[in-house]
Amino acid sequence: METLAARFRRWRRGEAAAGLSLVSPTLLYALLLLAAPLATIVAFSFWTQDYLTIDRSFTLANYKEAWSDPLYRELMTRSVAISATVTLVTVVLAFPIAYFVSFHVAPEKKSRWIFLITIPFWTSYLLRVFLWKVILGYNGVLNSGLIGLGLIDEPLTFILYNVNAVVITLAHAWAPFAILPIFVALEKIDRSLLEAAQDLGENRVTTFLRVTLPLAMPGVVAATLIVFIPTIGDYVTPRLVGGPDGLMIANMIQVQFMRLNNAPLGATLAISAMFIVGAISLLFLWLNRRFLKVRQ
Amino acid sequence: MRKRISGLGIYAVAYLVFLYLPVVLLPLFAFNDATIIAFPLSGFTTAWFGQLLEIEALHAAVVNSLWIGVTTAVLSTILGICAARASARFEFPAKRGIMGLIMLPLVLPEIIVAVSLLVVLLGIGIELSSWTVILGHVLICTPFSIAILNSAFLALDRSLEEAAYDLGETRWSTFRLITLPLVMPGIISSLLISFTISLDEFIIAFFLSAAEPTLPVYIWGQLRFPTKIPAIMALGTILVALSILLLAIAEYFRRRGIARTGGKDTGGFL
Repeated sequence: METLAARFRRWRRGEAAAGLSLVSPTLLYALLLLAAPLATIVAFSFWTQDYLTIDRSFTLANYKEAWSDPLYRELMTRSVAISATVTLVTVVLAFPIAYFVSFHVAPEKKSRWIFLITIPFWTSYLLRVFLWKVILGYNGVLNSGLIGLGLIDEPLTFILYNVNAVVITLAHAWAPFAILPIFVALEKIDRSLLEAAQDLGENRVTTFLRVTLPLAMPGVVAATLIVFIPTIGDYVTPRLVGGPDGLMIANMIQVQFMRLNNAPLGATLAISAMFIVGAISLLFLWLNRRFLKVRQ
Repeated sequence: MRKRISGLGIYAVAYLVFLYLPVVLLPLFAFNDATIIAFPLSGFTTAWFGQLLEIEALHAAVVNSLWIGVTTAVLSTILGICAARASARFEFPAKRGIMGLIMLPLVLPEIIVAVSLLVVLLGIGIELSSWTVILGHVLICTPFSIAILNSAFLALDRSLEEAAYDLGETRWSTFRLITLPLVMPGIISSLLISFTISLDEFIIAFFLSAAEPTLPVYIWGQLRFPTKIPAIMALGTILVALSILLLAIAEYFRRRGIARTGGKDTGGFL
């Protein structure tokens, strides 16, 4: 028995060693080109820069500036608000689609639908954003269409070069990222649970609310985070369709790094944005766990 | 019952229209005989496509992007194979933490990846070039490779490998003769997806490229000039057609891989 146990332990050690050595090239890459640069950015946020020379003495001045200057504060609040709105719109619009494909599409056609939904995501991001400018513009597709139909007399101006345009464009860009996790969660639901609920006297609506939706929540939570976190850092959309009032924090980060040669302040803004988004995400996860008992 | 289905069905179709609206407009304006991108359309022309042949800066950008895309695809698929195989086959200490770090670029805003790499590369005195773009692209493509390859490795029947060991094959020869052919469709699909992501990626290329722009960086520069837009629409049409073709091939291999290992198709790349 002793030798068997020892052999088992050695086997376990062998497996751990095999796994670690196999993952090590990828891990090393991530450590060198992701973890180390992220750590550097954090360090930079506590330093200062005078034209091209970096002063490496520890200071909180960047954070003081980033969190008190009205311009940065406004950009930051706006970015968080835009990200939250985009996330809400995208997830709410995505849920029925995921539900439709999972529950109302024949199994052999499901992957075709998913393929159809993911294709637009893989086509040039820049051009998709640019084309939203064409669609939403003063003489754009939407306005000329609505005028042609006689629905409006004058072109709508509230849909381009402002926050609305940014929200529409980003909701479009992130759609597949919201649909896929919800779809996967819905697919995992055991269909016999739904039958059981109906046998026990629930109607369609209550079955959905009390069985389907709670079981789909892990997918909804994943979709929310997967859209919310990266959206805060979008650069192209606010720049192309946002106009002066639709700019976001990423545009300011770029300006600090590339134009003003103030990498430390740029780093501070980037870290602050990630911190805020991270805190909101954790709060969101905690609320879900606390009140809806969602487990990932 | 029927009414509910049709209601959802109508919504689904409307949603697809919303998703495809920008993509459909691309060829419309690419073949439109007018310098202004607006309706009504004025006539059919292929002149914008002809114009593409004469822009040398564009050709350089295409070559640069292709080179970056191919290198990125190969490197991130190799790194993806290592990590996906390790994660699908072995238990090892700190597995969740390690895989979490490797998959992090999936949710990290690209601008954060771009600026942090930029700061480090400039800090240690590496000059920006196509290689620095590749470094960044491999970082963001590897998680996608892993996601694709993970399902390929998980679908693998472990007893096939064990049978090979029992029949006297070594670890490496088993991997080469049994595992690799079975996950090959996943590898091809990972190569194609990484290539497509790299070809389309803008932010990292924008920050990390120097004198030689990639295709998206070139396009970004052109978007400022209204007269250049129709040619860009033509270019976009070609790119869309190309990526749909690549994705269809990737999807074909992904499905074939699932069929080969006897699994059930659950759909989707992610």
